[in-house]
Amino acid sequence: MSWDLILSNSLYTAVSANAIAYMLVALGLNVHFGYTGLLNFGQAGFAAIGAYSLSIPISRYDWPWPFALALLLVSSILLALLLGIPTLRLRADYLAIVTIAIAEIIRLFLNSVRFTWLTGGNDGLQGFTRWMENLNPFPENGVTLWAQKVDGYRLWLMLSGWVLLTIVATGVYLLMRSPWGRVLKSIREDEDAARSLGKNVFAYKMQSLMLGGFIGSLGGMWLVLDKQSSQPQDFSTTFTFFAYTIIILGGVARAKGPIIGTMIFLFLIQFVDITLQQATRTTPTDPTPLLPTWLVDQNNFSQVRFIVAGLVLAILVVVRPQGIFGDKREQAFDVR
Amino acid sequence: MSANAVNYEPVPGSAKDDAILVVDSVRRAFGGLVAVDVAHVEVPRNKITALIGPNGAGKTTFFNLLTGFDTPDTGDCVFNGNSMNGIPAHKVARSGMIRTFQLTKALSRMSVIENMRLGAADQKGESFWRGVFSPLWRTQEAAITTKAEELLARFNLAHMRDELAGGLSGGQRKLLEMARALMAEPEMVMLDEPMAGVNPALKQSLLEHIKALRTEGRTVLFVEHDMDMVREISDWVIVMAEGRIIAEGTPDDIGSNQAVVDAYLGTHHDVDLGGPQ
Repeated sequence: MSWDLILSNSLYTAVSANAIAYMLVALGLNVHFGYTGLLNFGQAGFAAIGAYSLSIPISRYDWPWPFALALLLVSSILLALLLGIPTLRLRADYLAIVTIAIAEIIRLFLNSVRFTWLTGGNDGLQGFTRWMENLNPFPENGVTLWAQKVDGYRLWLMLSGWVLLTIVATGVYLLMRSPWGRVLKSIREDEDAARSLGKNVFAYKMQSLMLGGFIGSLGGMWLVLDKQSSQPQDFSTTFTFFAYTIIILGGVARAKGPIIGTMIFLFLIQFVDITLQQATRTTPTDPTPLLPTWLVDQNNFSQVRFIVAGLVLAILVVVRPQGIFGDKREQAFDVR
Repeated sequence: MSANAVNYEPVPGSAKDDAILVVDSVRRAFGGLVAVDVAHVEVPRNKITALIGPNGAGKTTFFNLLTGFDTPDTGDCVFNGNSMNGIPAHKVARSGMIRTFQLTKALSRMSVIENMRLGAADQKGESFWRGVFSPLWRTQEAAITTKAEELLARFNLAHMRDELAGGLSGGQRKLLEMARALMAEPEMVMLDEPMAGVNPALKQSLLEHIKALRTEGRTVLFVEHDMDMVREISDWVIVMAEGRIIAEGTPDDIGSNQAVVDAYLGTHHDVDLGGPQ
């Protein structure tokens, strides 16, 4: 057991480019769910749109990357309109139903054999990260942080990701402290009250859906930039539920919530995973693993991380229902 | 009360010399049930008008139709000379007619002061792009806050300024809702059962607040069951039963109106109409 390796790897996972993708996706969902009270169960769909708005034009049609970014902006807003126009006038449940369905439609479309010429189907798309590699100012072999080796590209993606995340999170923080954010919160509390005070509830919900969706798309983009491959299976509903877990963990409607939530969530999962991996490992010199094989072995340890993560989450919800940064007073009045 | 004395003809649909709200043949049915079927009614400007009637008379539905929260099947409401036909609720509110709700809608997880600030109209910072840049709206926000604090003081809520609205008592929520409605300087305030669930001590102060609205030049239309209160503050009373306007008049007229007594006694034998017994 190498604790240096376990800890450095877990810590790196919590702040890596992959973590930034989760943070952005959760941040967008927090705009929807945390601040506006929109039950969006299709955040993975926004992430998928972000990922493929980047990968399709670049790897299939050799677009310059700024055009792909413009496409990402436009397509995430179009998706928000598509989801919002039919559902935002209806009760909250309908948005939940439609978003989860559209997100699945997007994933199945990306996965379908018929459109492999465009989306790459199940194999996904590769070769769309050249521009990001060219922008990388760090040497290719990168650095070693504690015991964790990080290559130059991932280091660059991590640092530029933190800059992007800081800008986005600050923007959201400022917006939510503004009168605009106040209207969103009033819609979350009671949209009829907001309406009775002269606020155009539909327009605000739409803006919220667009903003959060765009941020979610940026998250999807960062996810595939990190993996250097965009694949449909990364955008299943699980991704959305992870994002919900993250914002509940970090504290709903808190600017820091999605960031801290992601760190805890990913650290926990990685820590349990890599610890168990080491504890069940056998080597030629040491054929007995640390943990008895009747309990857990090399073939099944990877499932245990979710059991442990679920357990920790359950404990947290009992002990601190408002999340790490949440306000206990607010929780007490949540009677919905 | 003499300053507010009125001498309109006490018949349903009577003409008022300066009506702020005119309703013409408004009808709303839910399936086979006709909830509201009002031929003609005018609400006088700068007066306190009570809308009364037994349970199920259609008062709240009528309120919803007037404020754009529901759309009539036929008919039209004209507020201040502008047709409100098909106008959504938020635009009705912006045009100067702000309502409160029978079940108070305090925004529980927002502080009292934030509730108040939300009420202000034409806020620059409520636009997405300007919202990010606080220098663009900070001055207006400060003015709004000052106004909100004045209103909170007037409604005896100043000590609750930074509490979450969910922590207020039922009566305090009623006060907050009324104060919040005033943030937008509405010409007309529509109060749906302002006294429901308010303790007697607070009732008196609520009555004074409603009277003060008239002094400020606003028009008040309120739905109420408490006949003593109706007699005490209203200048004019409109009575609804089974979706129709069955009577109009001063509180004294209404107490002795046989149609009204019948409408109430038909469903409520024990209602104290508050009239001369």
